Amino acid sequence: MSEAPLLEVEDLHVTFHTPKGPVEAVRGVSFILGREKLGIVGESGSGKSQTGRAILGLMDRRAVVRAKTLRFAGTDLLTADAATMRRIRGAGISMILQDPKYSLNPVMSVGRQIAEAFLVHHKTTRQEARRRTLEILEAVRIRDPERVYRAYPHELSGGMGQRVMIAMMMIPEPEIIIADEPTSALDVTVSLQVLAILDDMVTRRGTGLILISHDLTLVASYCDRVLIMYAGRIMESCAADQLTNAEHPYTRGLLNCLPKIDEESESLPTLVRDPSWAADEVVDGGPAG
Amino acid sequence: MIEIERLNVVFGHRASLVHAVDDVSFRVDRGESFGLVGESGSGKSTVLRAIAGLVDDWTGGIAVAGEAQGKRRTLKFRREVQMVFQDPYGALHPRHTVDHILKEPLRIHDLDPSDERVVRTLEEVGLDESFRFRFPHQLSGGQRQRIAVARALIMEPSVLLLDEPTSALDVSIQAEVLNLLSRFRRERDLTFILVSHNLAVVSHMCERLAVMRQGKIVESLEIEQLRRHRPNHAYTQQLFQAAQGYSRDFVASIADDL
Repeated sequence: MSEAPLLEVEDLHVTFHTPKGPVEAVRGVSFILGREKLGIVGESGSGKSQTGRAILGLMDRRAVVRAKTLRFAGTDLLTADAATMRRIRGAGISMILQDPKYSLNPVMSVGRQIAEAFLVHHKTTRQEARRRTLEILEAVRIRDPERVYRAYPHELSGGMGQRVMIAMMMIPEPEIIIADEPTSALDVTVSLQVLAILDDMVTRRGTGLILISHDLTLVASYCDRVLIMYAGRIMESCAADQLTNAEHPYTRGLLNCLPKIDEESESLPTLVRDPSWAADEVVDGGPAG
Repeated sequence: MIEIERLNVVFGHRASLVHAVDDVSFRVDRGESFGLVGESGSGKSTVLRAIAGLVDDWTGGIAVAGEAQGKRRTLKFRREVQMVFQDPYGALHPRHTVDHILKEPLRIHDLDPSDERVVRTLEEVGLDESFRFRFPHQLSGGQRQRIAVARALIMEPSVLLLDEPTSALDVSIQAEVLNLLSRFRRERDLTFILVSHNLAVVSHMCERLAVMRQGKIVESLEIEQLRRHRPNHAYTQQLFQAAQGYSRDFVASIADDL
């Protein structure tokens, strides 16, 4: 691929200024995203969600984002003004959040919310927006789009709600989707079905996907490439199907403490944290795979 | 140790009747660890809550240690049977210190609420004395769950009812809490009922399990059967497959009944 990468992140830092002094949530993260499925895994507090939010500029007021480069398809996100950022959010980069219960507007019908996402980014009529909304609802395999269009979020199951959110994020046809634990509130079979829909849409349109998750098994089986984060840094970057052969002691430690269905053991190995991991040299997340 | 005979739990009334638990029977021997697996809404937690006495409208038989239980539980039952909840953030009183949290059940049961006993129990769950006067918000998720386990153990129970005890925790912390629970079961000959949606956790912790769906037990099996990838029922096989991660073929094979 000779075109400019979708997203370039170099030496990203996110610092929170608190009364007790600055807290560095992200400390020097670098990676390049192409048209691929990139997984970011780590434990809570590893900085994986903050990395995703920093890209979109969705930060707490106390947070300071610094980076050498933060560029989306050639546009510098660090110096972009508010109007440019509004254009990029949704149409350029969109974000799927964890829980549809809290992320959809409870007093607006599902159809109108999705249509709104389309109308914000396109000069078009309401009829056209409605038609496109019904189309996309069908594309996320909702059986009765007309009914769901009129429904309110509380009338939908978790799996349906998450499909609605995917529809809403896909309708402006973004180049990049950041999905932050998109299915951790769902049952495992429903979760896999929702991910399959996302997989289809991403593959068909050549969208770049960043999947932020704590679930190693899922990321290893779903993504193309994985970044493993710890204490605000990337510990290791590898092809997703090679995750089980990962070398970094942190990654190995995480994999080892997962209980396995087909192994019997008295006790599980626990993770012994080495202070040097947090101080290690910065690992580059590497180029698009 | 625990015998459940045709347990039924019905919520709501008339048109909005929900049969949350539908004719569930099983037994758990002393010292055994029994898993209840299922997706949300399968009724697995409701079974646990009915045993604990947290659900009023049940019919059928619940017997613990040979004693049939009625609607009201005795003080002795409430000491013998302890529960650990899923969410360590919601299960501890936010304005009570660890010391207060651990002493409260002792006071209720007229047991000796001594400082020594609190310190000893804290040590048993791997926390030192410095945690005694902290509030829950000054603890991490894993530390909170240790306190919840300590609160159950300080009563010296014979049965622990565990409702998704590690699903809110990171995998590294999950391993520590599971090891802690296994160690106590060995040392104190405890009986466990573990409710979880995670087959791997159940396989690690239990000897037998029942798979629930829509209030019913669809299959009961030995862990060996699960380990050798030989569940009989199609639904158990589906759960088993799903636990292996994402695969296109598998998703295509799921009956689309959302």
